[in-house]
Amino acid sequence: MKRFIGFVKKEFYHIFRDRRSLFILFGMPIAQIMLFGFAITNEINNVDIAILDHSKDATTNEIIHKISASKYFSIKQMVTREADIASVFKKGQVKAVLNFEKDFSKNLIKEHKATIQIITDATDPNTANTISNYINAILQKYQKELNNDLTITYQIVPKTRMVYNPELKSVYMFVPGVMTIILMLVSAMMTSISITREKELGTMEILLVSPLKPLQVIVGKVFPYIFLSVINAIVIVVLSIFIFKMPIEGSLLLLAFESVLFIISALALGILISTISATQQTAMMISLMGLMLPVILLSGFIFPIASMPLPLQVISNIIPAKWFIIIIKGIMLKGVGLEYVWKETLILVGMTAFFMAISVKKYKIRLE
Amino acid sequence: MKTILYIIQKEFKQIFRNKGMLPIIFVLPLLQLIILSNAATFEVKNIKFAYIDNDHSPTSRALVERFNASAYFDVLTDYHSQTIASKAMLNGDVDVIVEIPRHFERELQKEKHHSLAITINAIDGAAAGLENVYVTQIIQDFNQEIKVDLMQISDNQIQPINIETIPLFWYNETLNYKTFMVPGILVLLVTMITLFLSGMNIVREKEIGTLEQINVTPIKKSQFIIGKLFPFWVIGMGILTVGLIIAKVIFNVPIIGSLLLLYFYTSIYILVILGIGLFISNFTDTQQQAMFIAWFFTVIFILMSGLFTPIESMPQWAQILTEFNPIKYFVEVMRMVMLKGSGFLDILPQILKTFLYAIIMNGLAVWSYKKKK
Repeated sequence: MKRFIGFVKKEFYHIFRDRRSLFILFGMPIAQIMLFGFAITNEINNVDIAILDHSKDATTNEIIHKISASKYFSIKQMVTREADIASVFKKGQVKAVLNFEKDFSKNLIKEHKATIQIITDATDPNTANTISNYINAILQKYQKELNNDLTITYQIVPKTRMVYNPELKSVYMFVPGVMTIILMLVSAMMTSISITREKELGTMEILLVSPLKPLQVIVGKVFPYIFLSVINAIVIVVLSIFIFKMPIEGSLLLLAFESVLFIISALALGILISTISATQQTAMMISLMGLMLPVILLSGFIFPIASMPLPLQVISNIIPAKWFIIIIKGIMLKGVGLEYVWKETLILVGMTAFFMAISVKKYKIRLE
Repeated sequence: MKTILYIIQKEFKQIFRNKGMLPIIFVLPLLQLIILSNAATFEVKNIKFAYIDNDHSPTSRALVERFNASAYFDVLTDYHSQTIASKAMLNGDVDVIVEIPRHFERELQKEKHHSLAITINAIDGAAAGLENVYVTQIIQDFNQEIKVDLMQISDNQIQPINIETIPLFWYNETLNYKTFMVPGILVLLVTMITLFLSGMNIVREKEIGTLEQINVTPIKKSQFIIGKLFPFWVIGMGILTVGLIIAKVIFNVPIIGSLLLLYFYTSIYILVILGIGLFISNFTDTQQQAMFIAWFFTVIFILMSGLFTPIESMPQWAQILTEFNPIKYFVEVMRMVMLKGSGFLDILPQILKTFLYAIIMNGLAVWSYKKKK
């Protein structure tokens, strides 16, 4: 035990001596969570659009005014000919063009019907669809105003209540996600590098001939990183409470427990990576190239998993981050207790055990 | 010139000798391109929908049937009370709950007016907004229907005004998000591979101690750097090529613009990334440090590139920051040239900015690389 404590101490010295890495380790998560908490949102705001108005009458003017008054759109320019639309899109200046037909007001009065084309640049289909829906909603509202009470007959009025996030803030969605990414990548990367580093520099041999058991070596290596990651997690949670006003509806203790569990599973994954790679370069490429995009895309961080094709929904189950995101959203926003997230917790425990088991099996006591 | 060729040869040999790295460089990115391009959709489908029917009338059943028929909703069982339904929502089994009150039909016929309580899980705000739109649409349609059903005499007094909107989705009529995501993810992969490889390269020689050996040879600073970076440039272009083939063959992404222009832009773009990598490499002592920094910038570049979330929605200061994000320009150019067929003049601003960026980054990198300690 004394030997083991000595070994852990040595690992701590290693880490604290490298001031620059330490600075990066603590500075970066803070910088990232601040940046993303404020900057990323999948709402649309201030989208630049253009107008092609063939009638230029009172009604079209009023519609244009309504649209530019909304916070979603700002009218960047007027187009005069249909042929110009393509060149405006090609330069990427606007995302949508509204095309009013000729004699708009006249048609509306005479035939009770007039047409507007909403032309969107659908190279970004997600945004295009949202823009189209929003403009449509504005027009619908305007139409209702014009019709006054004409159409009211039977009305079922939906009274919608948005629970867990009444203001529909996207921060609620992104803070748990960014926290997960940071913990996952930092923990997995740090451990995988620290073990392969010993291999690459040749100091692994010294450790192997020491009286420490292989398990002690691994646990001793991982221990300081658990400590560092826990500090990171605390910083992130504190930031999200005080700066982004994230609620913690559930138990803080449970949140802490689940975070430690997730950190351990990420560290176990890091150990696994280090056992299969010979150089730091390989270890880093696996933990960066192999983990970054899958964790961002398949964890439900940005894109809803339920909407993905079935095979991807199945694949997403092997991403530990997915389960952790479900858990922390549950605890922080819904205020649930362990009785609601025990399944996810068990899965994380199982994954951790699995990573550990393989690492122990693959861990070589001898060098080739 | 001959010296550079020898260094390039050495670098290529080193890359291809490391058997563990080869699949990571060449297979992993392309595999990710194929798999992950399917993931990035903001469409909201398969919404988990539940209802509490306290009325059990023909009208309430017809309303539920409406939701059942919609492609967006997966209708779950009828919950008996709000408590059970709320529990299911806590558990994550339900996203939308509609509660139909007692005497719904009777009151609707009498008062011509009735409210309907809808509860939506709004943790994902954007999805909740869309879900709300779908629910409202279904109820509105239903209103139209019961108007016909419940009104005996159709009092066709004044025809209401109708503004008809025709949505046109240019360049991607079916709103196929893969058309957008495949080029975008390809950009990320090219960037990550070249940045990580170049960022680790020189610092590795430093850490192992072989940099000193090279420093005592008569190789010039510029020769060494060109020789070091050229192989990664080739790898980046190679991944772009294979990625474009995958995009065309597997995903059938249209390539409308000029491929030559795309390659021309990419060749400048990779220089920027290599310059950043080299700069990081020069300023760090260990590979670990280098990777942390590279990782930090990559996550920021990726999430602020406009690929997953629109840049226009960011606050002003964040939009200014994105001006320094090379990935943003590459994503724009890919989108413009491949999908819209933009020409040289259309993307000239992006080309100029990237070119300037390349000069600055490589200048800094060469300047910061010192042969002596």
